[in-house]
Amino acid sequence: MESILVLTHADESGSALTKASLEAVTAGRDLAARLNAELRIGIVAAKPQLLSKGLLCAAPKGLQCAAPVLAVAGEAFAQARFASDAAACTELCRAAQPTLVLAPHSSRFARVMAAVAHRVGGAIDTHIAALGGAEGFETTRWFYRQRIEAVIRRDKRPWFLLLEPGTNPAFAADPHAPAAPSDQIAIAVELPELRTQVTGFRAPKVDEQTIRPDAQLLFVAGAGWTKKQPDGQVHTGEAAELILKFLRASGASLGSSKSLVDQGGEGNSVLPFLTHLNQVGQTGATPRHAKGLSTCCHGEEPHVVGWRFIGERRAVNLDPNCGWTRGKADVVYIADAFAVMQRVNALLGSSDT
Amino acid sequence: MATTFHIAVCAGIVPDPLQTLEPTTTPGGPAIKNEMLLPAVLDPWAASALYEAADLASRVPGSKLWLVSLGPKARLQQVMMTVAQKVAFELVPIDSPQGGFADAAATAEAIASTIEAIPNLDRAKLLLFGGWESASRGAGVTLQFVGERLRIADQFFGVDQIIVHDDGSFEVLERVEGGKHQVSVCAGAPAVLGWATGNLAEPRNNPQIGMANMRTVMPALQRAKAAALDANGLRYVAVSLPRQQRETRVVQDMTPDQIAAELVAWIGKDR
Ligand SMILES: Cc1cc2nc3c(=O)[nH]c(=O)nc-3n(C[C@H](O)[C@H](O)[C@H](O)COP(=O)(O)OP(=O)(O)OC[C@H]3O[C@@H](n4cnc5c(N)ncnc54)[C@H](O)[C@@H]3O)c2cc1C
Repeated sequence: MESILVLTHADESGSALTKASLEAVTAGRDLAARLNAELRIGIVAAKPQLLSKGLLCAAPKGLQCAAPVLAVAGEAFAQARFASDAAACTELCRAAQPTLVLAPHSSRFARVMAAVAHRVGGAIDTHIAALGGAEGFETTRWFYRQRIEAVIRRDKRPWFLLLEPGTNPAFAADPHAPAAPSDQIAIAVELPELRTQVTGFRAPKVDEQTIRPDAQLLFVAGAGWTKKQPDGQVHTGEAAELILKFLRASGASLGSSKSLVDQGGEGNSVLPFLTHLNQVGQTGATPRHAKGLSTCCHGEEPHVVGWRFIGERRAVNLDPNCGWTRGKADVVYIADAFAVMQRVNALLGSSDT
Repeated sequence: MATTFHIAVCAGIVPDPLQTLEPTTTPGGPAIKNEMLLPAVLDPWAASALYEAADLASRVPGSKLWLVSLGPKARLQQVMMTVAQKVAFELVPIDSPQGGFADAAATAEAIASTIEAIPNLDRAKLLLFGGWESASRGAGVTLQFVGERLRIADQFFGVDQIIVHDDGSFEVLERVEGGKHQVSVCAGAPAVLGWATGNLAEPRNNPQIGMANMRTVMPALQRAKAAALDANGLRYVAVSLPRQQRETRVVQDMTPDQIAAELVAWIGKDR
C-alpha cells in the first residue's frame, strides 16, 4: 500500500502556505482517496503553527478527520535556502516514511528536492502535469521543452513528484467543518553549518512588475515593436507606451520573444521594462494563462513551445505567413499592431472610466 | 583577489531547437527519431553557464575551467567544433548514448564519478556550473544529484548573476516566482550553480581560442570513457506528440477598429 506525504512551504510573508503548496494538498487528497493510501502533510516554515488552519480537514477526500501534519519550525526556515530546506525535507521524509512524496514545483522546492530524494534513497520526477493510471500509479510529464509528452512509472520508492503549479485547484479549508485541525507533530532538524544567507529579493529595475503569473491574459511583445515600420522609421518610444498602457488597463502579464529581450545586449532590453525573466519559449518561461495575445512576434517554434499551457491564442502580425497562421494560434489578425493596440487601449480606457 | 576557482561546467548536447522532433521506440526505450542525423547544439542554459564560467575565470586569475559533457562521442566532437571557438576550457567528455529519456540519477552518477577523477581539481575550490534545466529532460535534477554526490552543501538554481567579493564569498541572484530574483550571499566555494540565461551574450567565434582548445579536445575525445546508463526502474508507458495544430482563423479584411473591438470583447469578461 502506498503512503503519501505532501510537502508544503510558507510564502514570503510566512503567514500562509503558498498557492502551489495548497494545490499539492488537493492532489494528495485526491490521490490518497484513489489509492486508498495514508496521507500526511509536512510543512517547512519558521512558524508552522500559523499555517495549520489552512489545512483544516485536509484529509483524503471523503474522510472526516484531518490529515496528520508534521512540521519543522525555526527562524532558519524563514529563508528559502538549499542547506536548511534540504535538511528539513529530509527529516520530514524520514519521520513520515512515505512511498510517494508530492510537492509543489516551486523555486524553493525545485532547489532541494532531488537532493532530498538522493538522501533518502528515492527517485524523483519533476514538472509533473498529471497523476493517473487505472492499474498502478503513473504520472505525466513533458520532455524536450514541452514538445513530447510521456507517461512514466517507477518501481523505486519513495518516489518524489514535483507538481507543476496550476495543474490542480488550490485546497481551501472549510471553515465550518466540524473537525479540529490535527495537532502538529514537531520534527527536529539538525542543521548543517549554514554558509548562505538569503538577504532579500530584487525586482528588475523597472517601475512596475510586469510578470503576473495569476493574470488571465499573457500579452507577448515581439521584436517587431522595435523594427522599422512601413514609414521607414522605428517607433520604440511609442511601442513602450502602448505596451505599458495596455498592461495597466488589462492587468495582463507581459511576455517577450527572445529576439526582443536580446536586442539591448548585456541583459538590458531596448524596452526598459523587459528582461530575460519576461522571455517565453525554449530558453524562457512556459507560463500558464487562460489566454494569450501575441503582437509583433513571428511565432517561431522555439518561441511557441513556451505557449504549450496557454489556452486560447490570438496574434496580431503584418505577415500572413508568420508562424502563428500555421496552426499555432486560434485567430491571427493580419494588421499593424501599433494601430490595433492604440485602439484597444482607447476602448479599455473608456470602459474603465 | 586571493581566491581562485576550479569551475566544472556540466553541459549536455541537444537537438537544435529549430528542428522538429518525433519520438520513436527502440529496444532501449523511447528515443528521438533520427536523432543522430539532427544537428545538435550545446544545451542552451548550460551554454549560458559556460560563458559565465569563462567570464568569471577571466576575472579571477589562477582559476581553471573544465567542460564536462556526456553524449555520443561523434556528436560531441561535432558540437565542439563550434563551442571550442567561443571560450577556453579543458574538455572532459563522457561517451554515452544520451538523450532526454535517460534516467537523471544514472547520468548524474556518471558525471560525479568523472569529476571526482579529474586530476588537479581541488574540490574545496569547486564551483559546479550547469544549466538549471536541460532542453531535453528538462527536470533540473541532474546537477543537484551531482552536487549531493560530491557533498557540496550550497546549491543555487535559476541563477542569473554572481558577484564575487574579495574574500571569495559571492552574491547570487536566483529566479523565483513572479519575475523576481532571490538574493543570497554564500561564504564561497564549493557550491553548485544551475544557470538560467545569465547576462552575457554568446561570445563570437574566435579561431585562435578554437585552435588552442582543439589541441586538447581531440585527445580528450579519443580517451573518453564509455558510460552505460542504468534505467533505475524508470518505465515509459506512453510517449507521444501533443496535438499541435489548431484551426487557425486568419483575418485579413478587418480594420484596426474592428480588430480592437473584437479583441477587447475577447479579453473582456475575465479582466
Ligand atoms: C537555442 C535557441 C533558443 C531559443 N529560445 C527562444 C525562446 O526561448 N524564446 C523565443 O522567443 N525565441 C527563442 N529563440 C529564437 C526564435 O527562433 C526566434 O528567432 C525568435 O522567437 C524571433 O522573435 P520575434 O518573433 O520577436 O522576432 P522576428 O522574427 O524578428 O519577428 C518580428 C515579427 O514582427 C512582425 N511585425 C513587425 N512590425 C509589425 C507591426 N507593426 N505589426 C504587427 N507585426 C509586426 C513581423 O511581421 C515579424 O513576424 C531561440 C532560438 C534558438 C536557436
